[in-house]
Amino acid sequence: MVPLEYYLIVAGIIFTIGMIGVIFARNIIIIFMAIELMLNAANLAMIAFSRNLGSMGGHVMVFMIMTVAAAEAAVGLSIIIALFRNRDSANIDEVNLMKW
Amino acid sequence: MELAIFILTSLVAIVAALLVILQRNPIASVMYLVTTFVAQAILFIQLRAAFIAILQVIVYAGAIMVLFLFVIMLLNLRREDFGKDIKLKYKPLAIAFAVVLLIETLVVINASMIPAQPGADLPATFGSVQGVGRELFTTYLYPFELTSVLLIVAILGAVVMAKKKL
Repeated sequence: MVPLEYYLIVAGIIFTIGMIGVIFARNIIIIFMAIELMLNAANLAMIAFSRNLGSMGGHVMVFMIMTVAAAEAAVGLSIIIALFRNRDSANIDEVNLMKW
Repeated sequence: MELAIFILTSLVAIVAALLVILQRNPIASVMYLVTTFVAQAILFIQLRAAFIAILQVIVYAGAIMVLFLFVIMLLNLRREDFGKDIKLKYKPLAIAFAVVLLIETLVVINASMIPAQPGADLPATFGSVQGVGRELFTTYLYPFELTSVLLIVAILGAVVMAKKKL
């Protein structure tokens, strides 16, 4: 039986990698994938706690997170398409219209 | 044995996650992201969440990643769009933030009082389709119904955003 803490540490590392990606990356699609990584790290922690507490609530929560991720992917990717149509680039440095 | 599988799988997940953000080519990134998701599905199976593991592979690694690939190929990115490098201006700041966040997370995990594991007295339906379905349609029925509203909004949003004329 692997202790809960190990799963939480893995989830924390993956979440941190996702956060580095969001801050680092220039390509908007890579930023989007880093957000998916963070959602997945949360899922892993959720399932680990669910196993630890012997309750199925975490599984339902992960189900909901997957739905949110699917909705977010659909809307976000259509925003990327609209952005690419207007700017002809996937580089976020060129999207600075609303920057003060 | 269980620990060995855990270590191997989580190493694969972490290395693939690192490669996701270090790749310049978005298609390679998507492939590494699929690797991470499949590795996490194996971890889910270890945690007795069989149904969620299957969902992870079918919905995440299957459907959502195909959507990503589809959009990347639709965009028809040129090579210079791949981005020369990560933003050098923010590099020290980003590394500092990441290290602080990681240390903070590990300290909190270390300091938190996590109760002992219940062990083998889990019900037989734990994590199965039957178990998750029963929870979903009894205790969590209201959030489950609200999910449909979210999906409708997402469909409408995607259609409106992707239209030729905004």
